[in-house]
Amino acid sequence: MSETAEATAVVKEPREPLFSSKNKKLLSDPLNDDNPITIQVLGICSALAITVQVKQAVVMSLSVLVVMIGANLIVSLMRNLIPSRVRIIVQLVIVAALVILVDQVLKAYVYDVSKQLSVFVGLIITNCIIMGRLEAFALANKPWPSFLDAIGNAAGYGWILIAVAVVRELFGSGKFWGYQVIPDAVYDFGYFNNGLMILPPMALITVGIIIWIQRSKNTKLIEEN
Amino acid sequence: MSNAIHNFLEKNIKPSFDKGGKLENFFPAYDALETFLFVPGHTTNGKGSHIRDGIDMKRTMIMVVLAMVPALLFGMWNTGYQYFLSTGEAYTFMDAFLYGALKVLPLVVVSYAAGLGVEFVFAIINKHQVAEGFLVSGMLIPLCLPVEIPLWMVAAATIFAVVIGKEVFGGTGMNILNVALTARAFLLFAYPTWMSGDKVWIGGGTDEAVAYADGSTGATLLAQATERSSGFVDAAGVQYGDSFWSAFMGMIPGSIGETSTLAIMIGAAILLITGIASWKVMFSGIAGAYVMGLLFNLWGANPFMEVPAHMHLVMGGFAFGIVFMATDPVTAAQTSTGKYIYGFLIGFLGIMIRVFNPAYPEGIMLAILFMNVMAPLIDHYVVEANIKRRQKRTMAVAA
Repeated sequence: MSETAEATAVVKEPREPLFSSKNKKLLSDPLNDDNPITIQVLGICSALAITVQVKQAVVMSLSVLVVMIGANLIVSLMRNLIPSRVRIIVQLVIVAALVILVDQVLKAYVYDVSKQLSVFVGLIITNCIIMGRLEAFALANKPWPSFLDAIGNAAGYGWILIAVAVVRELFGSGKFWGYQVIPDAVYDFGYFNNGLMILPPMALITVGIIIWIQRSKNTKLIEEN
Repeated sequence: MSNAIHNFLEKNIKPSFDKGGKLENFFPAYDALETFLFVPGHTTNGKGSHIRDGIDMKRTMIMVVLAMVPALLFGMWNTGYQYFLSTGEAYTFMDAFLYGALKVLPLVVVSYAAGLGVEFVFAIINKHQVAEGFLVSGMLIPLCLPVEIPLWMVAAATIFAVVIGKEVFGGTGMNILNVALTARAFLLFAYPTWMSGDKVWIGGGTDEAVAYADGSTGATLLAQATERSSGFVDAAGVQYGDSFWSAFMGMIPGSIGETSTLAIMIGAAILLITGIASWKVMFSGIAGAYVMGLLFNLWGANPFMEVPAHMHLVMGGFAFGIVFMATDPVTAAQTSTGKYIYGFLIGFLGIMIRVFNPAYPEGIMLAILFMNVMAPLIDHYVVEANIKRRQKRTMAVAA
């Protein structure tokens, strides 16, 4: 018995640990060095549209997380079955099915947020981040790394979304998660909410400022010229 | 005397800012103040074909600031004049001027302090010299705002405009948008209640709409024109006397520096005589606005379209924008033909926005910002056309 076990062990490639450094990189890279929004500049449309309130941003990030994990896993499992000519349409069908599921769940449990997000939940189907990860990663990798890649990218997308939403809700309406955090005394003193923060251009500028801070901290990202 | 001060600076103060000195990181701050007070000791060296002239950027900018002084002084007086009109008190010339000065000077001080503060911080971080561009922006910002705007909003807008409008692009000379207009646009969209309506244009009138002693309101001519459904000219005529001349002289409510077309024309003359601003931009801008005004007169679908074309030239911020902001050498088109196109479209679009969009009666600001963005495109096509024309000529000669 022990002999055969040794023999198979020699033949088999050494099993990669679940959280090898390569796999950890899949999780951590999209958070900073390869962030889908600030570095690859994907998924900007939703980042501008639904970052007026923190609650919307969190719900949106979670929806994208769920859709992304599901799509990455399914596509990765089917990667040897999908003919490469029709792969885009197959991916779209998978993503669309998942988005409809998420949309129904949102409508059932958080109806008001679902109303505010309106068309943007449906538009997750066309979110470039998801299509990009399916094309670039899930089609060529095993399910476990694809799963980690999905979590990493959705988290990278989500934290930018939430960071922008915190700034916009705080300055735009003086609130956090719908609760007023700037005390009335400040308003009595002559403070006013900044109406520009509610408008999409300010989301773009806020994302720009985040990119600026990120690049000044992370020297790897600075181009040489 | 001044020599003695300069020597003192050179001998005692400068060494600690020089390389290796205690405060070497703050050299840009020292340099900015020294060259502001004294003519710099260094000149362009003899090599190359540069014109060696005493007029550097600092002197250029100071000329523009000087050109704005008539508008500033008139704005101060007009602020007081409007205030005393609204209260109905008796007043003298000096009363009105002092009241206005007390209202306007804090805005100027806050704008300069906030903007120069940001400039100094960036100069020290990036270790370059403090650029002079803000000398003009710092004066333009208060002049294009209503008098009752809170000071902290001015500071916030100035910081936003200098950081996002200028420093992210690389500082003075690299900006795409006019800095002062960026600040004004920020305020218009961020705090619209403070930038429009009939409460903010007259000193002391934020709690309730200011009514003049004779019962008329404190809205600007533009706001009235957009709101009134019929007979704008007549109504304004009743309210302000002969409305063209009162708008030309500037004794009407409005942003601090932009009511008096006369004061702005004095500034324009200074800029044109010293050759600092481009007459091409100014001329074609006025032509563009006049043409658009005439077109609207022909169309005449609503009362605002029937406002005579020459009224558009004296109403609102048109004159101020076209003289001081459209001619900004950094953000305007650089080619000669481009300047005509750029100026014409500013006037044309400005009046179009003013008449078509009741939400933003001050269309000149939006038109200038829009054309700022388009200026490089205009230049590109002008240069391309020139290349093509010359290529054709050489081909013809060769053949």
